[in-house]
Amino acid sequence: MIINVQDPSLEAHNLTVIYHRKPVLWNIDFSLPKGEIIGIMGPNGAGKSTLIKAILELAPLNSGYSKIFGKSLNEVRKKVSYIPQRQTIDWDFPASVSDVVMMGRYPSLGLFKRITKSDREIVRLALEQVNMTEYANRQISQLSGGQQQRVFLARALAQQADLYLLDEPFVGVDASTEAAIMQLLRTMKNEGKTIVVVHHDLHTAAEYFNWLVLINASLIASGPTEKVFTDELLRNTYSGKLTVLSQVGDVMREQNFPVREK
Amino acid sequence: MNVNDIQIVLTASLVTLACVIPGCFLVLRRMTMFGDAISHAVLPGIVAAFLFSGSLNGIAMIIGASLTGLLVTLLIELIQKKMRISPDASIGITYTFLFAIGVIMVSLLSNQTDLDQECVLYGDITLVPLDLGMWGIPRQIWIASILDIVLIITLLVGYRGLWVSTFDPSFAAATGIATVFWHYLLMGMVSLSTVTAFESVGAIMVIALLTGPAATAALFARSLPRMLVIASISGIISCILGYILATILDASIAGAIAVMNGLLFFISLLIRKFIRN
Ligand SMILES: Nc1ncnc2c1ncn2[C@@H]1O[C@H](COP(=O)(O)OP(=O)(O)OP(=O)(O)O)[C@@H](O)[C@H]1O
Ligand SMILES: [Mg+2]
Repeated sequence: MIINVQDPSLEAHNLTVIYHRKPVLWNIDFSLPKGEIIGIMGPNGAGKSTLIKAILELAPLNSGYSKIFGKSLNEVRKKVSYIPQRQTIDWDFPASVSDVVMMGRYPSLGLFKRITKSDREIVRLALEQVNMTEYANRQISQLSGGQQQRVFLARALAQQADLYLLDEPFVGVDASTEAAIMQLLRTMKNEGKTIVVVHHDLHTAAEYFNWLVLINASLIASGPTEKVFTDELLRNTYSGKLTVLSQVGDVMREQNFPVREK
Repeated sequence: MNVNDIQIVLTASLVTLACVIPGCFLVLRRMTMFGDAISHAVLPGIVAAFLFSGSLNGIAMIIGASLTGLLVTLLIELIQKKMRISPDASIGITYTFLFAIGVIMVSLLSNQTDLDQECVLYGDITLVPLDLGMWGIPRQIWIASILDIVLIITLLVGYRGLWVSTFDPSFAAATGIATVFWHYLLMGMVSLSTVTAFESVGAIMVIALLTGPAATAALFARSLPRMLVIASISGIISCILGYILATILDASIAGAIAVMNGLLFFISLLIRKFIRN
């Protein structure tokens, strides 16, 4: 089940990444619509983070290429915002919340241009949108996991991009923060932004995403959620992972998706 | 306190400042091992420059040290990435190898020249006031001041690149910042500070200046600029106290300064614990 779209936001063609002779991504080929919230799902080690990195040219490609809004990455870099997995950063860093959010302005400022009033205003607004205004001067080591995630989101907002790539933004975040972040993502979607989210929780996937990409080293499915979120495709994706498989069954029953027992 | 004392403390402080600037970034990147590696591995470069130019100062030495500094960085990366050997092992092997070559070169040369192992490994800051340069100001103070200015300018110009690629390399790379360039620039800065520190404190003690003040500052600082300032102040205090300690004990000045850096760190650790409880 691989559905392609006209005039895609993001397209990947034959993306292959091999680490130490082990294919981590194999011949991934898809195109994603504009202005949707898109989920990328797959088991641990499926290559989800690597896929995002390959698109951003942060992982070494063995073959293939990707395009963003029909252009090469270098042409549209400023319009793309990347939120790495929160755990990849040392939060014990001497920086304040607004220092980090200001980083979102650097792509348009470059390395040397001075920070202007309008940059500060953009940062202030971004913090307001994620409800972190009162924490602007807080040192980042004093933030909770959910607050750290919101800081990252604010940094992405400050970048004023058109395509957002979020790697597991809901890990270690409580339910109310997750709902608030989701609300914000929907607002962004309504403003025409495209949001790609690496996600783990099958229970919320159908509710969150309009479009779903399933991978497990190779592409299993890409298409509208109602077509892709099926027992069979999820089983293919999470093959062999028993606990996940029973979870899939639960989710199917909960949400009244047709479950076909074999 | 006479002119000699002041000149020695001033030299130590200038050298400390040169080490603090890259040192803060090394500590934040959790890469202090690189500092240790470079400060040792530049030895053959310095000796080669000495052979080439006939003296232990000036441009030749700076070039020699910077080139070897970058060479170690390159070698470490190569071994780690291509051979799939863990970072600590590749660092350990590379720098001890180069350092050992340097030691052999020094021991071969020490019969014929005034370059000896003692001075290379431990430095001798007491000699500073004896070796005068322009306007009767010790040559060491000149070298350290000029390199400090170079390092400060590099810091100011490269600040944004250094901090973004230190804090979040993936984000930096995604936005088009050449993180590899900043990595090598930082290692180049470490090489420069090593040259600055070489004659006065020697190859072994450089690491104390690279990490001590920065580690102390990291305990308290809430922003990177403040970390740089706190580290500089704490490093200079260590120089003054270390010099006093060395005078009282009639002991090695460089050693006493390194001890003071360590002491300040442990005291700070206790203070911070106290504040938090
Ligand atoms: N730099 C690297 N060098 C070698 N192997 C790597 C590297 N990065 C990732 N891998 C391997 O590639 C595979 C996919 O990793 P990736 O991080 O993309 O998975 P993921 O789907 O994001 O997993 P998770 O759900 O745990 O975040 C893993 O087996 C991992 O060990
Ligand atoms: Mg991942």
